[in-house]
Amino acid sequence: MTQFSNNPDREWVKQRLIMASVCILFVFALLFLRLVYLQVIKGEELRLKSEKNAVRLKSIKSSRGLIFDRNKKLLVDNRPSFNLKITLEDAGVVDDTLAKVSKIIQVPVSELKDSIKKAGRRAFYTPVTIKNDITRDQLAVVEAHKFDLPGIHIDIEPTRHYIYQKTAAHLLGYLGQINGKELQSGKYPNVKSGDSIGRYGIEKSFEPYLQGKRGGKQVEVDANGRIIKVLETVEPVSGHDLTLTLDLELQLTAEKLLEGKEGAVVAIDPSNGDVLVMASNPSFDQNDFIGGISNKKWKALMTDPGKPMINKAIQAEYPPASTYKIITSLAALEEKQIDIYSTAFCPGWLKYGNRKYRCWKKNGHGEVNVIDAITQSCDVFYYQAGIKVGVDPLAQYAKGCGLGKKTGIRLANEKRGLIPTSQWKEKRFNEPWQGGETLSIAIGQGFNLVTPLQMAVLIAAVGNGGTLYRPRIVKRIEDSYNTVIQKTEPEITGGLPAGEETLRIVREGLLKVVQGDRGTARRIRIKDVEIAGKTGTAQVFSIKKGEKIDSENLAYRLRDHAWFVSYAPAVNPVIAVSVLIEHGEHGSSTAAPIAAALISQYIKGRGVDAQKTE
Amino acid sequence: MFDRRLIQNFDWGFVIVILLIGSVGLVILYSALTAGHDVGIVQPLFKKQIIWMGAGFCIMLISVIIDFREFDKLNLFIYVLCVGLLISVLLFGHLGGGSRRWLVLGYFRIQPSEVMKIALIISLASVYSTCVSQSGLNFRKLIKPAILCLIPFALIVNQPDLGSGLLLLLIAASITLFVKVERKVFFSFSGVCMAAAPLIWFLLKDYQKSRILTFLNPDRDPLGAGYHIIQSKIAIGSGMLTGKGFLKGTQNALSFLPEQHTDFILSVLAEEWGLVGCSILLILYFILLFWGLNIAYNCRNMFGSILAFGITAMIFWQIFINIGMVMGLMPVVGVPLPLVSYGGSSVVTNMVGFGILLNISMRKFSSN
Repeated sequence: MTQFSNNPDREWVKQRLIMASVCILFVFALLFLRLVYLQVIKGEELRLKSEKNAVRLKSIKSSRGLIFDRNKKLLVDNRPSFNLKITLEDAGVVDDTLAKVSKIIQVPVSELKDSIKKAGRRAFYTPVTIKNDITRDQLAVVEAHKFDLPGIHIDIEPTRHYIYQKTAAHLLGYLGQINGKELQSGKYPNVKSGDSIGRYGIEKSFEPYLQGKRGGKQVEVDANGRIIKVLETVEPVSGHDLTLTLDLELQLTAEKLLEGKEGAVVAIDPSNGDVLVMASNPSFDQNDFIGGISNKKWKALMTDPGKPMINKAIQAEYPPASTYKIITSLAALEEKQIDIYSTAFCPGWLKYGNRKYRCWKKNGHGEVNVIDAITQSCDVFYYQAGIKVGVDPLAQYAKGCGLGKKTGIRLANEKRGLIPTSQWKEKRFNEPWQGGETLSIAIGQGFNLVTPLQMAVLIAAVGNGGTLYRPRIVKRIEDSYNTVIQKTEPEITGGLPAGEETLRIVREGLLKVVQGDRGTARRIRIKDVEIAGKTGTAQVFSIKKGEKIDSENLAYRLRDHAWFVSYAPAVNPVIAVSVLIEHGEHGSSTAAPIAAALISQYIKGRGVDAQKTE
Repeated sequence: MFDRRLIQNFDWGFVIVILLIGSVGLVILYSALTAGHDVGIVQPLFKKQIIWMGAGFCIMLISVIIDFREFDKLNLFIYVLCVGLLISVLLFGHLGGGSRRWLVLGYFRIQPSEVMKIALIISLASVYSTCVSQSGLNFRKLIKPAILCLIPFALIVNQPDLGSGLLLLLIAASITLFVKVERKVFFSFSGVCMAAAPLIWFLLKDYQKSRILTFLNPDRDPLGAGYHIIQSKIAIGSGMLTGKGFLKGTQNALSFLPEQHTDFILSVLAEEWGLVGCSILLILYFILLFWGLNIAYNCRNMFGSILAFGITAMIFWQIFINIGMVMGLMPVVGVPLPLVSYGGSSVVTNMVGFGILLNISMRKFSSN
């Protein structure tokens, strides 16, 4: 170390320190002058401001966008909710007031006190909500006793209201209170703690449009926190209104037909992918979720074996069963493994390896070609076709038809289903593909899984000549002045991997399923309209581990699922319907009649509309 | 080992100034924490702060024992340890309010960015004490100190805690100017800073931009970002000459004041004790700072002088930024008021700083 650093030149250090002192002195003088400016020169003015009038901010809730069906029928709106509030300072003897309130609204005093405690020290100066959403009768009593209830007043806020209880609940979704994490995420700039956001369905996926913007009131309050006057008001902006592709009348019919059953119905307009119906049963009442669902109700919903909280149209996967024969037919025809003239002889079974694979018809179908095979759903014909095509090419066709991947509907949690390949099995089970498994796949049993919506998109594409559409649920988004914000256009996601001739053959088979004398769904024929479709009966192999079922229910839970996918009219279809009934046993007897009823109602309704417009 | 001279030289006056400021702080804090609650009930946070103050005072006395020249030898070790803490806060820090600033150790949480201030001051004092010269430092000699500053700065800004990061830079810059740089260095550096200022604007987060815009024009968003500063100014001004009286501030009690027990605590003092109360606090702070500079002057060891100056600069910047912000002279930055704002890390860090000053003061006559 140098001499200098150990014994600093004190004169030099002094000089530096004096400069520092001058800086400090200057800054302190500045701070002092600022204090004098605020406290002496502007003191009088600021004292007045603080004592008499303090500026407060009151937020005004915006109302959420409305939701209409395709014919402008209102599905979801907002109703006023009457919230009971108390201002402690004005309440006189708080306990007396609370006791009276408790009698009127029939809530224990302790609960009312809890909400006051929760508000913490805010409670001393600002009104605290003690009960949300009181009934109109209670409101009348409170209003009548206004003078006996000092400090109590009623705040009116818009609250979500689902007009048709349980209708399209899965599609429309529900709301839930925002949590702390979401508030911090910055994704919801207009939402305050205590507000609700979409938690499921359209309410969730269209949240940014539906939400709206909070307004605010700048108010002057006196030292007791009471509002003296409103200085400035920023009006809240309502959320955007949605017009759905859904047809309410058809949806109501579908839900009525599903009553007492578990399953899903999806109807699509084959010309553009519009979702006309999306029903899933059992359902739930969305109104229960407003202001927080009770624990008891939530538990009941979650433990219900019918799984009411699952949208079975998009979130449940089922083996496609015989509806998959459409895919096997397309693949075999396109791969030139069969043609319209090829036949197979069905004695009621097919021997493959050293196992007998049965046809659903014990005595066999005899000599069948591809059209007969579709019509009568002959398993043996498809066992042979499946072997010829092979599992992997078959999977390629299935994927080309939109299976095994999401349809892209704008709803969260859509399942993709499963289309197995030999490679997939190798990976998943570390076992090679067995030839026999191809036979199961060819008739839609085995590993295949699809959702009812995927099947609706597929059958719609078969009907419209091969175009796969992304299912559309919202047609139009408008602001509250009816200015269109966004108009969604039909979106083509691909084409069926099949030529015109192939489609013509498959369509003829599908038509004969209903209209032919030996068709599996011939009993659902309706007047004036030709329906084309395919039935399916999916085997339920086992019950999931941990699923608790009493013995009475066991037989039911092991019953087969029933499928029916269809479109009508057979030429230039206007509607495609996919129906799945869990444990419905036979597609032809439980699923197909639902489709027929919907088709009939829709086409009749259209006929009337068409006449009107002409 | 323990020299009796040390006790004779113990700086009682300095300790009294600290105790006075601490007492003023507790009185204001009591009022700030009682706002909206029943008078007479001692708030849990108040008890906690008393414990912190007590603990801080003990730590201050303990840091007197080790000769400050030991810090010179250990400077690199202390520095690396603190940088290590900063890195671990980024890795496993407690997430709160969108940033990672806290390290949770069993029952208590520490804020490494606070401890880093002291570590940096020690390291800079150590580096500069070997190369200080009458003509000032040139560029080459500033490379090492610059690296020493920028590592913790980058880590703290990453948390993100721009306020603490800038405070660190201001302390470092003060020390550097104190040991003098060449005129050429000073002017080119100022030039670069001025040129870079507009660029920094683009690096700021939205809330930071809005704070600066709000500072320039508080009426830009009176309901949102400007609300705090408007309410704070009303509170200060309404105190007038003698204040509204202890526990009688309406701005405070009606919860108009934001963060009234931490960053905006001066508004409570101003509202309840007026210009008189504020002046007393300012004078106490002024005495404290001059005492610190005097210790720097009396020390016969260059390292000790620079160290004392650095600690004083640390206290000064906290006071200036906090009071300036509360009075609307500066954008809103989260810097606590020393010995007054609620907060354990801040109390302990400042007490350690005072302990070092006492330490230097006691050993002013021993040169090496």
